Amino acid sequence: MRFLLDAEQRAFARSLDAMLGAAGTTAAVRDWSRGDRARGWALWSRIAEAGVFALAVPEKYEGLGPRPVDLVVAFVELGRHAVPGPLAETVAAAALLSGPGPAERFLAGLASGRSAATVAREGRYALDGDAVTLRLALTADGLRLAPGHGPVRPSLDPARRLTRLSPGGELLDAAPAVDRALRWARLATAAQALGVGLALLERTVAHVHRRVQFGAPIGSFQAVKHRLADVKIALEFARPLVLGAAVTMTAADVAAAKASAGEAAYASARAALQLHGALGYTAEYDLSLWLTKAAALRTAWGTPGECRAEVLRAHGQVH
Amino acid sequence: MDLAHSPADEAFRAEARAWLRAHVPARPLPSLETAEGFAAHRAWEAELAAGGWSAVNWPERYGGRDCGLTRWLLFEEEYWAAGAPGRVGQNGVSLLAPTLFEHGTEEQRSRVLPPMAAGEVVWAQAWSEPEAGSDLASLRARAVRADGGWRLSGQKAWSSRAAFADRAFGLFRTDPGADAPHRGLGYFMFDLRAPGVTVRPVGRLDGKPAFAELFLDGVFVPDEDVIGRPGEGWRIAMSTAADERGLTLRSPGRFLASAARLHALWQDRGGPPEAADRVADALIGARAYQLFTWAAASRVLAGERLGPESSLNKVFWSEYDIALHETALDLLGEDGETGDTPWAEGYVFALAGPIYAGANEIQRDIVAERLLGLPKGRRT
Ligand SMILES: Cc1cc2nc3c(=O)[nH]c(=O)nc-3n(C[C@H](O)[C@H](O)[C@H](O)COP(=O)(O)OP(=O)(O)OC[C@H]3O[C@@H](n4cnc5c(N)ncnc54)[C@H](O)[C@@H]3O)c2cc1C
Repeated sequence: MRFLLDAEQRAFARSLDAMLGAAGTTAAVRDWSRGDRARGWALWSRIAEAGVFALAVPEKYEGLGPRPVDLVVAFVELGRHAVPGPLAETVAAAALLSGPGPAERFLAGLASGRSAATVAREGRYALDGDAVTLRLALTADGLRLAPGHGPVRPSLDPARRLTRLSPGGELLDAAPAVDRALRWARLATAAQALGVGLALLERTVAHVHRRVQFGAPIGSFQAVKHRLADVKIALEFARPLVLGAAVTMTAADVAAAKASAGEAAYASARAALQLHGALGYTAEYDLSLWLTKAAALRTAWGTPGECRAEVLRAHGQVH
Repeated sequence: MDLAHSPADEAFRAEARAWLRAHVPARPLPSLETAEGFAAHRAWEAELAAGGWSAVNWPERYGGRDCGLTRWLLFEEEYWAAGAPGRVGQNGVSLLAPTLFEHGTEEQRSRVLPPMAAGEVVWAQAWSEPEAGSDLASLRARAVRADGGWRLSGQKAWSSRAAFADRAFGLFRTDPGADAPHRGLGYFMFDLRAPGVTVRPVGRLDGKPAFAELFLDGVFVPDEDVIGRPGEGWRIAMSTAADERGLTLRSPGRFLASAARLHALWQDRGGPPEAADRVADALIGARAYQLFTWAAASRVLAGERLGPESSLNKVFWSEYDIALHETALDLLGEDGETGDTPWAEGYVFALAGPIYAGANEIQRDIVAERLLGLPKGRRT
């Protein structure tokens, strides 16, 4: 037992953080929201070059994986920087396509960042279906390569664009590993949400230091401190769940991680909005990029309720 | 990064499990907050000690197994999963012992620890006073220099299990002229049956005489019962407080077992959907606490010291414990109100969690100021 990131994993997080911090990510997010994706894809390539997507792809298909712990480390950073695009979906696609079959032909492209994928379960929206080259639909008869997509609908997070996938298309796999893909998507989303929550807390702490009311920084008021302390506690207890889920990859651990990271990030968002006052309620101020993402990620790839139900189901099986 | 335990650690776990299976009393002991229950729990401590399981992480020469933090955590998982009794020696084992390991003398360790492990001497913590709770540094009970030792006077409050315990450890003011309230305090061990000590049991919420007030009137303490140097009491006590809130006071084993029992209760009651989310949250919370603890343990094993992070722990487990018991009582409905179930006893105990070991508001201040770096507020 050594439940601790190693030096290499910590260095990986730091280097992604530095790269994303210097890359003008917030401008890419705002462009992406308007459907202008040039900067977003440039960012995507750099993330792929850093090896992030390769972590979900097996070595024999030009990947580095599967390495879920490293993937979690990376996705926390993607969340901290509010990176847009079908990130968890591309990971889910890699998990779906890693089995034997014709699907393998797409993996090298995903690992290298040359292509991005979206995945939709039956009856659900696909993220950024209008932007990607690879649209995967999980239908009653298996995994299909969707030929196109329906109209784009807005999300609570302006940087997320939702579409239905068109029916039909090539049948890639009659018995796809849906559960496996769901676990990977959930894990990536949980890590991303954790990163979003951490960024919101960090920004709010900085704000309450600066903002003076009643002659004192608002961060010196106990009501403010305690609210942020509770956010810190929620995030610090979600973090080991996310890392632990990456170690075990059991359905229950992944669902627990998704539920608690989603809730903690959301609590961080609520506190951030409240403590920024009206400033936080504006689209102009960058805080909004994380605020809206926290709300969207809470339900993406499993609402808190669905995840809790999964925990109960899995627990019932053990006993 | 991995969560798997070595075959040797798993063998240790199996050995603990087998011993517990053979020895844990079939029926729960009476509440350790009563005279009868206290005696029964003392006997259980003795049995644990005879098996070598009462303080597994201590060095062998004091009655332990020298087995380290990982195995202590595994032992705790097995202990609570087996439904073993609450530890009447808790204050000694989890507070005084770590203090002596860090700040005591070898003479103190070899004199105090073995009888503590065997339940022969049960210890109470005498920190709080009527006027010094959250603001502990304002305490007034004093220690005056005497020939070969000190004389303690003043009043202590809320000493858990002091009604039946043998000895106590606590803070007393050795230098009333010190320039700050937390300077000039000494850390002393004393006998609860010494001349000059009056113990007045106080009924807790359910009436059981769980804690007591202590009145001290010139109680003599020899120099060998001073821990560290007089004047250093605060620093020593704060390092113990980190233990209390941190790893050792509430091991994850306890909550993993409670969450499993709650889930079983929920299933027995037909799995009512209105409680499903809360039962799931109890399972998730226990797992979160377990993994958080493994992460902390890994850091300790890698040579790091835990600091104010222990305040995260304290708030988490104390609120978790209440939520879990509330859910159980709701599931029991009318049966929950009857008051004589283990769930009701656990509920009453859980209610105190956010108050003792440093009120949760104080812990949130620590998180905000020391972990988030927020400005210190005005405090009177
Ligand atoms: C079951 C139980 C067992 C105990 N066992 C022991 C023991 O064995 N030995 C021992 O020494 N003590 C023990 N205690 C005492 C415990 O340590 C104190 O109760 C605790 O430190 C709080 O002090 P207080 O009760 O005087 O509350 P106070 O200090 O009067 O505080 C009351 C409440 O005011 C609020 N508050 C206080 N200060 C602040 C602040 N700065 N900011 C915001 N809110 C604040 C908190 O909500 C707090 O709970 C025990 C208590 C209980 C309930």
